[in-house]
Amino acid sequence: MTLASGDLGSLGMAVMNQPHRPSEAFAPHLRVRGLTIRRGERLLFEDLAFEVRAGGVLLVRGPNGVGKSTLLMALAGIVRPDAGTIEGVERTRLHLLNYRSGLKPRLTVAENLKFWRAMHGATGLDEDAALEVVGIDGLGGLEAGYLSSGQLRRLALARLLVSKRPVWLLDEPSAALDAEGEALLGRLIDAHRASGGIAIVATHHDLMLADAAGVETLMLGGGA
Amino acid sequence: MSGFGALIGRDLKLAFRAGGEALTLVLFFVMVAVIVPFAIGPDRPQLSRLAPGIVWIAAFLSMLLGLDRLFRADDEDGSLTLLRHSSLPLEAVVAAKVIAHWLVTALPLLVATPVLALLLSMSWEQWGRTVLALVIGTPGLVSFGALGAAVTVGLRRGGLIAPVLILPLAIPVMIFGVGMLDPLAGSGATLFLIALSLVVTAFSPFAAALALRAAGE
Repeated sequence: MTLASGDLGSLGMAVMNQPHRPSEAFAPHLRVRGLTIRRGERLLFEDLAFEVRAGGVLLVRGPNGVGKSTLLMALAGIVRPDAGTIEGVERTRLHLLNYRSGLKPRLTVAENLKFWRAMHGATGLDEDAALEVVGIDGLGGLEAGYLSSGQLRRLALARLLVSKRPVWLLDEPSAALDAEGEALLGRLIDAHRASGGIAIVATHHDLMLADAAGVETLMLGGGA
Repeated sequence: MSGFGALIGRDLKLAFRAGGEALTLVLFFVMVAVIVPFAIGPDRPQLSRLAPGIVWIAAFLSMLLGLDRLFRADDEDGSLTLLRHSSLPLEAVVAAKVIAHWLVTALPLLVATPVLALLLSMSWEQWGRTVLALVIGTPGLVSFGALGAAVTVGLRRGGLIAPVLILPLAIPVMIFGVGMLDPLAGSGATLFLIALSLVVTAFSPFAAALALRAAGE
């Protein structure tokens, strides 16, 4: 299903008319209604509505500057929307991945990962296993400042694996990744979906997902 | 390890790994004391009379100068945003960072005070009172500083804005800090300094977290 921002108002109504379900303890269910965000004087989007169920992926697309990152920041609770509600995504149950990866160049790769594991909860893989999954095992003792930008991005992805959280908000996750890295990203999102997680991905690239079912696209800015 | 401890541990590691940044403040602190005798002359009784004030000015300025980096690095690399999704509330994150900042900026000053005592011909008794006053007063300074740093974190080149902003707030810390060093004064200044430090330390994580949340938008 492709949503254009033109007919979002009616879709918002359709969502609202659905009977309210009791909130599930583990299965994430993200519901956004009537979301309006301004940045300064500029209206980025108005009355945006969508919903993503467990195992679903939402691709957010649109030209540069249309508000993809701002939408993710709003879902992450950093940017306060001017109107509308966001349900089903709690502060401690989401991972945000954007170009500012929160990695310290003067700490080693393992120390960076260990820190975020302590902060976000040691509920996922341990550091070594996560580094192996993202293909930078053996670099754990190296200061992160020596990594290439592609390796840094892999390390940032490893952060999502050391703490298991149901909602992933990924902003251009494939930036700086090579072809093999993009395939890895696809596999990670596949595995995340298989375990019932949801992913909201703002990207200009096609994700290399095994299964396109349940992948929806949200087009911002009305363009095709 | 809990998130609180992990955050303090990371900030300490970064401070000592970043090429002795922690030491630049101590050097500044000592430098002020080194140049003062040259400026006011080597009159020992006079130096010793002025010493408490000089130590407080040196400590005050070096604490203020170190403020800017309390949240800035974490804001620039996105850590601050990600920390908002941690299992700790943002208030606890701020508290952990304030503790780490105190350990990195104030503790080295306390260790360096014997050097100042020597340079300013302080008596041992005077030195003891000075250290005590700094131990009580510096948490208050760091906490006021956290407020200033949080409010200015969104500014691209904040630099000296945070120190200027909190200077008026922090001046009472210095007034009571110096007052405590007067051997003829009663315990009034000491109690005021303790009260001030405790209140600011207790409230600043909440106020600073509020400012950081607003800055994130």
